Amino acid sequence: MIINHPLLGQRDAQEFTYLGDACLIDRPEWQPEGGLEEFTDYAYQRENPAGEHRELWFHEQGDRSWLVVTRNTLTHEISKVELATDVARARGRHK
Amino acid sequence: MHYSGFRIFKEALTGHKGWGPAWRNPEPKPEYDFVIIGGGGHGLATAYYLAKEYSQSRIAVLEKGWIGGGNVGRNTTIVRSNYLLAGNEPFYEYSMKLWEGLEQDFNYNAMVSQRGILNLFHSDPQRDSFIRRGNAMLLHGADAEILDQAAVRKMYPFLNFDNARFPIKGGLLQKRAGTVRHDAVAWGYARGADLRGVDIIQNCEVTGFSIENGKVSGVETTRGKIAAKKVGCAVAGSSGRLMAKAGMRLPIESHVLQAFVSEGLKPTISGVITFGAGHFYVSQSDKGGLVFGGDIDGYNTYAQRGNMPTVEDVCEGGMALMPMIGRARLLRSWGGVMDMSMDGSPIIDKTEVEGLYFNGGWCYGGFKATPASGMAFAHLLATDQPHQTATAFRFDRFAKGRVIDEKGVGAQPNLH
Repeated sequence: MIINHPLLGQRDAQEFTYLGDACLIDRPEWQPEGGLEEFTDYAYQRENPAGEHRELWFHEQGDRSWLVVTRNTLTHEISKVELATDVARARGRHK
Repeated sequence: MHYSGFRIFKEALTGHKGWGPAWRNPEPKPEYDFVIIGGGGHGLATAYYLAKEYSQSRIAVLEKGWIGGGNVGRNTTIVRSNYLLAGNEPFYEYSMKLWEGLEQDFNYNAMVSQRGILNLFHSDPQRDSFIRRGNAMLLHGADAEILDQAAVRKMYPFLNFDNARFPIKGGLLQKRAGTVRHDAVAWGYARGADLRGVDIIQNCEVTGFSIENGKVSGVETTRGKIAAKKVGCAVAGSSGRLMAKAGMRLPIESHVLQAFVSEGLKPTISGVITFGAGHFYVSQSDKGGLVFGGDIDGYNTYAQRGNMPTVEDVCEGGMALMPMIGRARLLRSWGGVMDMSMDGSPIIDKTEVEGLYFNGGWCYGGFKATPASGMAFAHLLATDQPHQTATAFRFDRFAKGRVIDEKGVGAQPNLH
C-alpha cells in the first residue's frame, strides 16, 4: 500500500507502523462519573467496520508524524490522508 | 453409511456405486431450536456436539458460502496445546485430547498426525521462559520436553544453528502436537452432524437478527426468516460484521494472516518447527509442500489477501532459519481474515441479547481449538453455563481486568 503523506508525498506503507482506529484520538476524561466505563470502552471496544475505516498510522521510518488514514478494509484503497494533529485540533483535542 | 476398510473393499468390488453424498442439502425449515451461524470448523463442531453429546435436536447451521470455505480451509493445519496461562492451557489440552480421538468419534479420516511441534529458543532467558511454559503444560496434563542444542541438531540438522542474531540453543518440544487435514475436519463434522439430523444450509447469508425487548427470536437470511430459540454465532474473521447487525461492538479487530506453500519436495521436515524470534514457522504436508507462515500483516482488513512486505518478511524468516528453503520455489500464498482480540485470547460467551451466543476472537489459533470450541459452545448453548475448560473466555474479562494475555502486550490486537 502507498500512503500519500500530506507533507512528504507518496510513501510505502512499510515505513509506517499501525496503531488502530482513529477513535483513539478521543481519549475520555477520567474524572467524571462513569469514567471507568468510558475508559474500558475506549481501550477495548472497536467498530471494526468492513468498508471505510479511519485509522492511525505512525511514520516511524520517516518524519515520525502521526497520520489519520481513511482506508477501505475490503479493498485496501486509501481515500484520504490527514495529519493527526490537524484532526485532533479540529476535534478540540490538541492545542 | 459407516466408513471402514471393509466398506472400501466392498465398494471396490462393486464399482464404487454405493457411495452417496456425505451430507444432505436441505431447504431451511421455518423454525429451529438452535441456529448456528457459520459453517466453518467451529460452527459445524458445535452442531455436531450439540446433537451428539447434548442430545439436542432441531439444529441448523447457516453458511453464507459453502461449508469449510473460510478459515478452516485456509489455515496451516497445526494442532498443539503449548500454552502458558491457566485460562488457556486446560482448554487447549482438552482440544488436543479430542483431536486424538476425533477420527474414531466422527468416523472420518481427518489425517490426524501427531508429528510434534518444536519451538526454538535462542538465549538463556528465552530457555527459562520455555521451561516455565513446559512446566505449566505438564501441570495441566499436556506433554512437554526441553531439548538442548544437540538434540535439536539430531532432529533437524539443516537448521542454521550459528545464526549471528538468533543462534539456536534448543527447543520446547510437544510430541503429541502435529497437523490435521483441515478440510476433512469440516467435512467430518458436517457429515457427523448431518447424520444426527442437523440441517446444514449453504448459500444462506444472515442479513439481520430478529430482536425484541432484548431477546432474540430468530434470524433474517437471504433465504427468508428463520425462527430460533437460541442463536449461536461462530463466524470468526467476520465477527465484527455479523455482530454489528445485532447492534454490538466487540473487543476485536479483523486482520489478515498470510500462509504459503512451496512446490512438493521429498520428505524433509518430519514435524512442525516454529521460529518465533524470526516470525516464521514451517511444516511439510503429506503431498510434500512446505507449509509456512509468519505474522499478520498488521492493519484492519476484511480482504482475504495480504501485501508484499509481509511476504518478504516471512521468506526472510525462512531463509534465516533454514537457508536451504531458498532453493524451493514458492507455489502459492493466500490470506485469511482473523478475529484479533484485545488480549489474544478467544471469547465463548452469552451476549447482552438473551438467546444470542457468541464464539469468536480466535486470533490465528482457531484451528487447533476446533473440537474444544465446538464442545464448549455446544455446552453453553445447551446448558447456559460455560464449559469447565472455557470459564475464562468471557466478554467481561476486559472490564474486570482478567485478560488472558499470553504475550503480555496489552490491548493492541496487531501485536498478539
